[in-house]
Amino acid sequence: MTAPLLDVVNLSAAYGRARVLFGLSLHLDPGEVVALVGRNGAGKTTTLKAIMGLVPATAERLAFKGRPILNLSTYRIARLGLGYVPEDRRIFTDLTVEENLEVGRREARGGLSPWTPERLFRLFPNLAEMRGRRGNQMSGGEQQMLSIARTLMGNPEAILLDEPSEGIAPVIVQTMAEAIRAMKAEGVAVLLSEQNWAFAAGISDRACVIERGEIRFQGPMRDLMADAALRAETLGV
Amino acid sequence: MEPSFLVIQSLNGLASASSLFITACGLTLVFGVTRIVNFAHGSLYMIGAYTAATLVPWLLQFYFGPVTFWAGILASALVVGLIGVVLEIVLLRRIYAAPELFQLLATFGVVLVVQDLVVQIFGPQDILGPRAPGLRAPVEILGRRFPSYELVLIAAGPIVLGLVWLLLRKTRFGVLVRAATQDREMVASLGVNQAVLFTGTLFLGAFLAGLGGALQIPRVAANTGMDLSVIAESFVVTVVGGMGSVPGAFLAALIIGQLQAFGILIFPKSTLVVVFLLMAVVLAIRPYGLFGRPEVVGGTHAVGIVSRKPRSSDMAVAVIVLALLACLPLVADAYLLKVATEILIFALFAFSLQLLIGVGGIVSFGHAAFFGLGAYGAALGIRWLSAPMEAALPLGLLLAAVGAALIGAFVVRLSGIYLAMMTLAAAQILYAVAFQWVEVTGGDNGIVGVWPAEWASGQTRYYLLTLGLTASAVLVLRRVIDAPFGYALRAARDSEPRAEAIGLNIRRHRWLAFILSGAAAGLAGGIYAFSRGSVDPSLLGIPTSVDALTMLLLGGIQTVTGPLVGAGVLHALRDQIMPLTSLWRLFLGLSIIAIVLIFPRGLVGTVGHWREARS
Repeated sequence: MTAPLLDVVNLSAAYGRARVLFGLSLHLDPGEVVALVGRNGAGKTTTLKAIMGLVPATAERLAFKGRPILNLSTYRIARLGLGYVPEDRRIFTDLTVEENLEVGRREARGGLSPWTPERLFRLFPNLAEMRGRRGNQMSGGEQQMLSIARTLMGNPEAILLDEPSEGIAPVIVQTMAEAIRAMKAEGVAVLLSEQNWAFAAGISDRACVIERGEIRFQGPMRDLMADAALRAETLGV
Repeated sequence: MEPSFLVIQSLNGLASASSLFITACGLTLVFGVTRIVNFAHGSLYMIGAYTAATLVPWLLQFYFGPVTFWAGILASALVVGLIGVVLEIVLLRRIYAAPELFQLLATFGVVLVVQDLVVQIFGPQDILGPRAPGLRAPVEILGRRFPSYELVLIAAGPIVLGLVWLLLRKTRFGVLVRAATQDREMVASLGVNQAVLFTGTLFLGAFLAGLGGALQIPRVAANTGMDLSVIAESFVVTVVGGMGSVPGAFLAALIIGQLQAFGILIFPKSTLVVVFLLMAVVLAIRPYGLFGRPEVVGGTHAVGIVSRKPRSSDMAVAVIVLALLACLPLVADAYLLKVATEILIFALFAFSLQLLIGVGGIVSFGHAAFFGLGAYGAALGIRWLSAPMEAALPLGLLLAAVGAALIGAFVVRLSGIYLAMMTLAAAQILYAVAFQWVEVTGGDNGIVGVWPAEWASGQTRYYLLTLGLTASAVLVLRRVIDAPFGYALRAARDSEPRAEAIGLNIRRHRWLAFILSGAAAGLAGGIYAFSRGSVDPSLLGIPTSVDALTMLLLGGIQTVTGPLVGAGVLHALRDQIMPLTSLWRLFLGLSIIAIVLIFPRGLVGTVGHWREARS
C-alpha cells in the first residue's frame, strides 16, 4: 500500500474554548475524489480549515505528500500543492476575472500538465466571456467557478473543496460536477465537503461521514449508498 | 477679488495637495494591506526631509545641476524606504494581529524614538535645503510671479498617482497587493507569502513618505515638528478619501488643498477648522470616507475589562489607600506633594479614558481634547469672567462635557480606526484653535495667573482638594462601570449586533459615555490648570492624549485599577528619569513598544494573571 497523499490522524480543533473537532482521521489518495458529508455544524468546514492551517489545530499526524504540515503557515501548505476553495468563495471583488486568476498562479509541479487561463476558460466557458469583469459583478455560480479556477491556477495536486454546490443554480451544479470530474481526470485529488447528497454521491469514489467532529463512517461511496439506515441517521437522507 | 489672485491661490492649493497626496498615498497603501494605521508615517516623512536637506547640498558640491538635485531627492526617498523595511521586519510584523489600539500606540512609540534620534543625528536646528537648480526663477502667471518649483510639485502628484496606478494595475505585485487589501487569508491560501508582500508594501509606503518629505526641502526647512503636523493632515486625507483607497486619497488631497488655499479667505486664523468641518461632513454622510468600504474585520478587536464581580474587600482596600494618601502631607515635602498632586490628576484623566476604551471599546485617540477643554474652560473663566475658582472649575468641566457631547455626536456613528482618527482630528483642531486664536487664548503663551482660591492654595491644601475631587470622580465612574449602564457598554463593545438585538441603543449609550468621560477628563484638566497656574496649547496636543493611553496600557487595559497604577508609575518614572537624560522620548517610546510586544496586559493585569495562575 502506498502512502496517502493527504494523511490526517486524530485531528482536533477549537474556536477559542469551543471544541469542534474531536480526534478525526481521514486520508486522501492521489487522484481520488472523497466526499466529506455530514449535517450542518458537524465540522466539515473546520476540518478543511484546520488542514490548511487556518484554525489552530492539534493532530497525531497531519501530512501532505509525506511532509508534516501541522503548524506550517498557510502559504507554505498551499505551495506544497494543496489547494483550497473556501465555502464563501472569497473572490477578490475589486479584481477582474483575469486578475483573480493571476493571484492564484504558481509554477507547475512535475507530472501534471500546467493549468493556464485558456485551459480554465475551456473548462468554465462562462468565465471566458467575462475576463475583464470584476468579481462584484458576477453571480454566485460564476464566482464559484472563478474560485475553483483560481485555485487550479496554483497547479495543486489536491484540492480541498468546501460546499461548491451551495447556493447556486442547478444548471451550474452540473457544471461543477463536470469540473470535478475533469480535475480527477487530470490527476488532481479532491476532498469535497458537501451537504448536497445527490451531488456528492454522483462524483465521489469514497465517503467520510462526519458527525459532531468525529468520523462515523469511512468507505467506498457505494457502501454508503447501500446503507440507508446510516444515511438516515447521520445525514437525514 | 482679482481673477489672477484666485488662480494663484488655486495653484498654491494644487501644490500643497500634491505634496499631501504623495505622503498620504503611502499611508493609505500601508493601511490597505497591513490594516495598521502607521503613526510613524509622519516620522518617515520627517526623516525624508532631513536626509534630503543634508544629502542634496552635499551631492551638489560634486556636480551642480538638476540631475544631482533630483537624484538626491530620490536617494533620500530610497533610504526612507529601507527604513520602512526595517520597521516592518522589527516591529509591525509582530503586531499585525494585535488590537488596533496597540498598533497605534506601538507606532506612536516609534514616533517618539525617531524624534529623539533625529535630534541626535541631525542636530536640534532646522535645516533649509537648497533651491532646485534650474527652477530658481519664478514664472509669471497672469501678471503675478509664481515659484516654478511649485509647478513641478503640482505635476508630481498626478505623476505619482499614475505610477502607483500602473504598479497596482499592471504588475503581479500590484495585483497581489490589491488582493491582500481585500482578503489576506485567501491570499495566503493561494500560496502567497504575505511577509514579502507586507515588507514590499512598507517599502513603497515609506518611500512615498520619504519622497513627500524630501520634496519639501526647497520650500520648508526640515524641523522636528513636521512629523506630527503632517501625520495629522495625512490622517484627514486618508479618512476623507476612504482608508486604503489611492484615488480617494488623491481626491481628498485636492479638495483639502483648495479648502486650505481659500479657507484662509474665510477663516484667516485657522484653516484647520475648515478641513475638520469637511472631514466631519464627509464622515457624517459616508462613515467610511469617499471611496472607502465598510471594515471587514472578523470578531471583536476591542480589548477591555472582562466581566468582574465587585469584591467587598475592594472597598476596604480603597478606604485604606485613600486614608494613606490623605496622610501623605504629614510625611512628604512640598516637592513630593506637587508630584503626588500631578499623579492624582493624571490618574483621573487616565481613568476617564478607561471608561471609553476599557469599558466601551471606543478607542479615543484624542482624549487630550477634553483635558484641555477643562483646563482652558477654567482658565478662560478666570481670565475673561474673573470667575472665582469655585465657579471656574465647574465651568471647565462643563466646557469639556459640551465638547464631548458635540464631538461624541459625530464620533459614535463611526467605528474602529475611523473613530480613533476622528477623535484625534478633533483634538488637533482644538489644539489649532488654542494656538491660533491669540486674542482669546493667548496663543502659544497660553493663559497665566490661574491660581486657586485662598482656602485651597498652598501645596498641602491643594493636594487634599485634588485627592478629594479625584477620589469622588473615580468612585462615581467606578459605580458607572458596575451599573447596568456599564454592562450595556461592555455588551456593545463585545458584540454590536447582539447588543442591538436585545434592544440596546448603542449610539446613545456610547454618546453618554463620551459625555461622562469628557466631563471627568475636563475636571482633571481644570484641577491641573490651577495646580500649575497656567494653561497652554500643549495640554490639547497628541502627546497629552498618548500620555493617557500609555498610562492605561502600562497599568493594564483589562483592569479597573490599571489606569490609576499606570498614572502613578509613568509619572514617577518621568520624574526620576527625565532630569537624567535628554533622551526621555526615546526611553518612553521604547518602553511603549516593549509593553505592547512583551506584556500587553499591563502591570495590574500581569499581577492579576500571575495570581490567578498560581491559585
